[in-house]
Amino acid sequence: MIASTLLTWSCILGVAALAVTGEVLTAAALRKIGDFDEIRAVSGMRGAILAVVSSPIFFLGSLAMMLNFFMMLYTLSVAEVSLVAPATASLTYIGNAFAAKIFLHENVDRRRWLAAGFVVVGVILLAH
Amino acid sequence: MSHRLKPAQYAILVAVMLTASVGDTFLSHGMNQVGVVDVHHLGLLFGAFKNVWILGGIALLIGFFACYLTALSWADLTFLMPATAFGYVIVALLSRFWLHEHLSIWRWLGIVMIVCGVGFMANGPSRTEHPKLDVMDSGVGR
Repeated sequence: MIASTLLTWSCILGVAALAVTGEVLTAAALRKIGDFDEIRAVSGMRGAILAVVSSPIFFLGSLAMMLNFFMMLYTLSVAEVSLVAPATASLTYIGNAFAAKIFLHENVDRRRWLAAGFVVVGVILLAH
Repeated sequence: MSHRLKPAQYAILVAVMLTASVGDTFLSHGMNQVGVVDVHHLGLLFGAFKNVWILGGIALLIGFFACYLTALSWADLTFLMPATAFGYVIVALLSRFWLHEHLSIWRWLGIVMIVCGVGFMANGPSRTEHPKLDVMDSGVGR
C-alpha cells in the first residue's frame, strides 16, 4: 500500500517536473528567438519556422515534453485519472511559476501568484 | 514600453484557449465513436485516423501548438498559464452543453475560480521588462 502510494506520487512528481522543464525550455527558446511578427516581416514564415526548429533549446524542450507524454501514459496505468490529472496540472502550474521566476527572471508579482493560486484551486475543483 | 497586447495578439490568445479545448473535445467524441482500444488490438488505433472528428481534433491541436509558440514569442510563460487553463473551462462547458454531461456544483465553482484567475492576468503586462533590453523601464512594476 505504502509502496504503491510512493510509486504514484513519484510518477506524478516526475510528470510535473518534465512538464515544467519542457515549458520553461520552450519559453526560453522562444524568448531568445524573438517576436515572430518581426521575424516574419524580415524573413517570411519560412524564416520564422526555421528559427524555431533550428534552436537547440527548443529541441531539448520538445524532448522533455515528449518524455512527459510517455511518463503521463505510464502514470495513468498505475493510478486513477481523477487523481493524476488535477495533481499533475496543479503541480505544473505552481512549478512553472517558480521556474519562470528563477530561470526566466519573469516578474511573478502578487497578481500572477494570485492568478496561479485561483487556477490551481479551480483545476482541483473541476476534477470533482 | 508597456507590453499591452494588440488586437491580433488577443486573437492568438483566444485561439490558444479554443483550439486546445475544442481539439480535445473532438478527440473525445471521435474516440467514443471508434470504441475501446485495448493493448491486444492496437491496430484499431489506425482505424481512428479515418474518423473525421479525430482528424479535426489533430488539426486543431497542431493549430494550438503553433498559436502557443507564437504567443510565447511575445508573452511571459506565467502570463500564458491562466490562458491555457481557460481551456479546462471551455471543455467543461462543451461537455455540459454539447455532450450533455452533468456538471456538479464543485465544477461550476472551479470554472468561476479559473475565470477569476484569467481575469487577474488579462489587464496586466504580458512581458517582463528586463533592464538589458529596456533600460528606461528597469524596475517598473517590480
